[in-house]
Amino acid sequence: MSTNQSNIWKAGTIVPLAIFLLFILVPVWGHVTDHTFYVAYFARILIYAIAVVALNLALGFGGLVSLGHALFMGLGAYSVALPAFYGIDNGWIHLFICLFSCGVAGLITGAISLRTSGIGFIMITLAFAQMGYFLFVSLKQYGGDDGTSISNTSQFFGLDLGGVYQVYIVSLILLVLATWWTARLRVAPFGMVLRGARQNARRVRAVGFPANHYLLASYVLSAMLCGVAGLLLANLNAFASPSTLSWIISGDLVVMLVLGGIGTVFGPMLGALAFLGLEEILKMFTDHWLAVFGLVIVFIGLLGKAGIAGFLDSFSRRKAGAAQGGVKQAKGAKA
Amino acid sequence: MTTLVLSQLLNGVQYGVLLFLLAAGLTLVFGIMSFVNLTHGSLYMLGAYFGATAYNHTDSFLLAIVAAVGGCIIVGFILERTAVSRLYSRDHLDHVLVTFGLLLFFNEMAQIIWGTQPYFLPVPAWLDSTVNLFGITYPSYRFAIIVAGLLAAVGSYWLIHKTRLGMLIRAGSVNPQMIGALGINIKFLNALLFGVGAALAGLAGVMAGPILSVQSGMGEPVLITTLVVIVIGGIGSVSGAFYAALVVGIVDTLGRAFLPMLLREVMARDIANAAGPAIASMLIYVLMAVVLAIRPQGLFAGAKK
Repeated sequence: MSTNQSNIWKAGTIVPLAIFLLFILVPVWGHVTDHTFYVAYFARILIYAIAVVALNLALGFGGLVSLGHALFMGLGAYSVALPAFYGIDNGWIHLFICLFSCGVAGLITGAISLRTSGIGFIMITLAFAQMGYFLFVSLKQYGGDDGTSISNTSQFFGLDLGGVYQVYIVSLILLVLATWWTARLRVAPFGMVLRGARQNARRVRAVGFPANHYLLASYVLSAMLCGVAGLLLANLNAFASPSTLSWIISGDLVVMLVLGGIGTVFGPMLGALAFLGLEEILKMFTDHWLAVFGLVIVFIGLLGKAGIAGFLDSFSRRKAGAAQGGVKQAKGAKA
Repeated sequence: MTTLVLSQLLNGVQYGVLLFLLAAGLTLVFGIMSFVNLTHGSLYMLGAYFGATAYNHTDSFLLAIVAAVGGCIIVGFILERTAVSRLYSRDHLDHVLVTFGLLLFFNEMAQIIWGTQPYFLPVPAWLDSTVNLFGITYPSYRFAIIVAGLLAAVGSYWLIHKTRLGMLIRAGSVNPQMIGALGINIKFLNALLFGVGAALAGLAGVMAGPILSVQSGMGEPVLITTLVVIVIGGIGSVSGAFYAALVVGIVDTLGRAFLPMLLREVMARDIANAAGPAIASMLIYVLMAVVLAIRPQGLFAGAKK
C-alpha cells in the first residue's frame, strides 16, 4: 500500500490527473466566456479519448492491431441516427441498439479475424470496416454518402445529449470511469491474461487459459465501448455520415494510442488530447496541415518510443532512480 | 444479354489485372519482408500523376508510362532507404503507423503540387478505338490493359521461378538470415524488391489514369481492394495474388452490374433497389470473410510452405 501512495506523486500520474481537473473547468470557462465552440472542441477530444481507451483494451492489452475500429464508432453513430430518422429519441433505445449491434458485429468480425494473426489480422479488420463503410454509403434513404443530420438526439430521463454541455459532462464522466476501469483491468486476472497473450499466446495457452477466448472477449468489449463513443459523437455533431466509418478514422485512433502510450492507463487521454490539439494548432498555420502532420506521425513511428505516458514515466524514473519501478516501466515501454 | 455478360466479364478481367499489378508488389513486400505497406496506394496515385504530367508535356503515352514507372521506382527507392528499411525488424504496429503517416503526407503533397481538381489523362489516340472479340466490340484501351497485365503476370512468374534473382527472392522469403550469411546482399535485395513493387504500382496507376480520374486520395480504395485480393490469394504468393485478383475483379464487376437486376426478380422493387447496390459493394468483403472462415491462410497458399 505504501508503494501505491508514493506512486501517485510521479509525473506519469500527476500530469494526467491535473489535465482531468482542467477538463472539469472547461465547461465553467466556456459558460463564463460564452465560447461554446471550445466546449464542443474539448467534448470531441473526450469522445475520441473514450474510443482510444476502447482500442487500448484490444491493441494495448491484447496486442490485437485493429485497423477497423471506425466500424464500431460508425455503428454507434448510426444507432442514434437511424432511430432518430423514425422519430425515436429515447436514449436508452439508442444505447441498447448501439451496444447490441457493436457487440454482435464485434463478436462475428472478431471471431473471424482471430483466425489469423499479424498482417492478416490488420488487413481483415480493415476490410470489415470498409464493408460497413460501403454498406452505409449505399443506404441512399439515410443520406448515403452525404450522411444524415439528427433532429432527435438521445434523451435519457429528460437529459438531452444533444446539448453541448450535457454531452461534455457525460463524456467526461464516462472517460474517467473508463480510465479508472483500465487501471483496474491492468492488474485484474482478465487483464493479466490479455497482457500475457500479447507477449506469448502459446505460453498462456500452456498455462491453461484459452487465450483466444480472452482475446475475443476483449475485442467485443472494446467494440462496445467504441460504439458508445460513436453514440456520443453523433449526439455532439447532431450528424452521422459514412465518413465516421472511414479507415482514416481507424488509423487516427491507432496514432492517438501510440502517441499517448500503448497499454498505459492515461495514454488514450493524453494521445487524443495531443493529436487533436496538434491538428488544431497546425490548422492555424497552413491549410495543408496534413502534410506536416503526416511527417510527424512518421517520426513518432520511427522513434518507436513509449508515447507521452512513457515520456512522463521516464521523467520521474530519472529522478527517483531505476531501482524500484524500473522493471515494470521497461515492460510497459516495450509495447 | 450474352454480349452484355461477356463485355462485363471482360471489364472484370481488366479490373482484375489492374488489381494484380498492385497486388503482386504488395504481396511480395508482405510475404518476404513481412512489412505492412499502406503507401502502396500512394505509389499508384503518384504513378498516375507522373504519367499524366508527362503526357501533358510530351503528348506521348509511352513516355508517360516511362515517367510513371521511373518516377515510382525513384520514390520507392527513397522510401525504402529513408523509412521502410529501418522498420523491417520492428513490429507491424510501427509499420502501420509510419506508412499511414506517409500516406497522409503523399495525399496532401499531391494536392499542393497538382491541385485539388482531378487531373486529366486522355486515352492515347492509337488506342482510342474498339476491337472485335468473340463477336462483341470492346474498347481497345481496356483490351490493352488486359494484355499488359497478363504480360506483367507472365513476366513476374518468369522472374520469380526462372531467374537467379527470383531464386534469391524465394530463398529470402524462407530464411533471410541464411541468405545473408551466404554472402548475398539482402539489403540490396529488399530494396530491389520494393522498387519492383513500386514500378508495378506506378504502371497500374498510369494505366488506370485514362479510365478513372487522377486525384489525391485515389490510391486508398484500390489499396484496400488490393489487400482483400492478397488475403484471399494467400499472403506472399504471387500466383495466388493473380488468381485472386481475377476472382475479385470479376465478382465485383459482375456483382455491381447484375446483382440489383437479379434481386429485382425475386423481391419487391424498392427493397431490391436499396439492397442491390449495398450487397454488391460488400460482395468482395463477404467473399474474403468466407474464405478466411474456411481457409485462414488464403485460397492459393497451399503450394508455398
